[in-house]
Amino acid sequence: MHSTTRPRRRTAVAATALALAGLVGAALTGCAGSSSASAGGLSKPKAQAATSAAAFGGMKGLVAAAEKEGKLNVITLPPSWANYGKIIDGFKKKYPKIKVVSQNPNGSSADEVAAAKSQKGRDTAPDVFDIGTAVLQQNLDLVAPYKVANWQQVPDDFKDADGKWIYDYTGLMSIGYDSSKVTTAPTSVKDLLGSAYKGKVAIKGDPTKANEAASAVYLAAIGNGGSPDDVQPGVDYFAKLKKAGNFVSVLPSQATVNSGETPVVLQWSYNNLAWGPAAGSAGNPNWKVVVPSGTALGSYYNQAINAGAPHPAAARLWEEYIYTPEVQNLYLAAGAYPAMLKAMQSKSTVDTAVLKSVGEAPADFVQLSADQATKAGTLLSAKWAAAVR
Amino acid sequence: MTASRTVRGGTAGASLRSAPAVADPAVGGAAPVSRGAGAVARRRAPGWLGLSPFVVYVLLFLAIPAVVAVTSGFFDADGRPTLGNLAAFADRGVQLDFLGSFQLSAVSAAISAVVGAVVCWALTAWPAGSGLRTAIDSASSVLAQFGGVMLAFAMIATIGGQTGIVTGLLRTAFGIDLGPFLYTVGGLTVPYVYFGVPLMVLTFMPAIDGLKAQWGEAAATLGATRRHYWIRIGGPVLAPAFLGSLILLFANAFSSFATAAALIDQGGIVPLAIQQQLTSETVVGVANSAGVLALGMVLVMAVLMTAYALLERRAQRWQS
Repeated sequence: MHSTTRPRRRTAVAATALALAGLVGAALTGCAGSSSASAGGLSKPKAQAATSAAAFGGMKGLVAAAEKEGKLNVITLPPSWANYGKIIDGFKKKYPKIKVVSQNPNGSSADEVAAAKSQKGRDTAPDVFDIGTAVLQQNLDLVAPYKVANWQQVPDDFKDADGKWIYDYTGLMSIGYDSSKVTTAPTSVKDLLGSAYKGKVAIKGDPTKANEAASAVYLAAIGNGGSPDDVQPGVDYFAKLKKAGNFVSVLPSQATVNSGETPVVLQWSYNNLAWGPAAGSAGNPNWKVVVPSGTALGSYYNQAINAGAPHPAAARLWEEYIYTPEVQNLYLAAGAYPAMLKAMQSKSTVDTAVLKSVGEAPADFVQLSADQATKAGTLLSAKWAAAVR
Repeated sequence: MTASRTVRGGTAGASLRSAPAVADPAVGGAAPVSRGAGAVARRRAPGWLGLSPFVVYVLLFLAIPAVVAVTSGFFDADGRPTLGNLAAFADRGVQLDFLGSFQLSAVSAAISAVVGAVVCWALTAWPAGSGLRTAIDSASSVLAQFGGVMLAFAMIATIGGQTGIVTGLLRTAFGIDLGPFLYTVGGLTVPYVYFGVPLMVLTFMPAIDGLKAQWGEAAATLGATRRHYWIRIGGPVLAPAFLGSLILLFANAFSSFATAAALIDQGGIVPLAIQQQLTSETVVGVANSAGVLALGMVLVMAVLMTAYALLERRAQRWQS
């Protein structure tokens, strides 16, 4: 996502690196193609068509097939996002014979789709997606149906009946603030209009580009008389915030939060938590997180398997791994509510200490449906720029 | 549409006017070389061989991507050819992005050019090759390349609205509050001038050095004042080099991206609009209009670079 000021030169360097990676990738494909033909007794096309572990003869067969492939490509999973650093490390520890390649960790959902299309048929193509709903719904032909062993533990409205996608976790839109710069804790988005917040409030990017930034607008809509069907009040709110001189266009990061340049950031709870004391010496010790009172706004991400996954068994094993209490608890520890949470609470497999520190999931919770998100996106693309520039 | 019209009325006009005057000597100068001894022809084959890595590099990483990017603008999301994406130019937001890019590039280029030229002029007080000149030359080479997120953070630490050091000094010493000025399109002028001035020094210094002391002496002998000298001799000789450098600075600012992406993530200039359309998670199906915006930028750059090449040729007449 981040190129540099001198695009001609730096892009060229990056492109060279990419091209070299592509050549290496092409060479690897040649090798992998011959070796994985009979992975775990299943040919690659058959493994790509497997809709459950049973196709491999159960979990043991799946593990054997995945280990034979020996590699897994994940994409756009930042280590500090929803605990993905620990989740990937856990997978490596559990299956040491499988090499995990984490591509473009800071990319967007659209980048995942672009990579799947441009790398199609290569060994470097992503195997699995962690993808936003709006982008996924436009690209359902790219994903393969698969149902994990714990399929039944995820509520029905959290998954596709055919198994093409399944929710993994959601954050809640939250206000992160530096308690050394903002002395009274905000309790609602309306509070941020006050003069104490002059030049202080930032969101995670351009809402016409990033889902997380758009969600800040949707939260503002809900807090100002709007709804998932009517996000205009959110745009109006940010126009007011801009007019008051409180809203700044700078892209907040751990660095700007640590220096105090962006003392208030609207973003997913797990990202706000990750920038605070939880990050240890790299974090801002004064960073606090508030989920505004009233209806909470979330947005589940989806797990899905690339239909043309170069490592189809490893991809399926990754999904089995994600839907274990172990990993679902890791999501939770980062402040991301996992899809299996309810089932885990009733089965007592949830890490209660973690749940207590993060807080119960709110009862009053909304997220935008695919149609609502498309409609909201259209409104943002027409109205946003004029509101904040 | 608006974009290309602005260009045609502006910088391009100047370059076209100077074109005929330049073309003749250039052709005349090139001819004797190609008629030269057989040795040149024999050297040409290994010459091409030596050049081929560069040619392949340019083809692979500049020409082909540029063609792919621009042609993508003429297909819809399903891969059918269309001219519909050109409608992006009628979009008010896109027009404002181009306007923002033009204003930012023009203002930062003008400031950088004037400041850089004054620096160059001041430096003529020292002989070429002196320690100070070498030091400034090296510093300019480094600073002209300093950009991207690093520069953005340096700027935030200096003139950021909340914690910038200079912001704090201005506030306590003079009661001036910069506020979030850095995070506006206008505020980007500061980082752009930061790498623009050194670039001006690098490109304009050879022209200033090309002013021969004898011209000044000759003019003085004939009774010209200092003012006459600059109006009749120094100015006209330096003008093509100055305009050429100005165009280069404009083009450099026009195509800059990463500093802006970190500082004004809400957009306001064309490169950010292209990125928004290419990577949007929230507004789907606009990736192809990015190609059209890229075409707009390529056209602007092509016009600017042609003008630069023409001016550069004219400027070199006096630099031998």
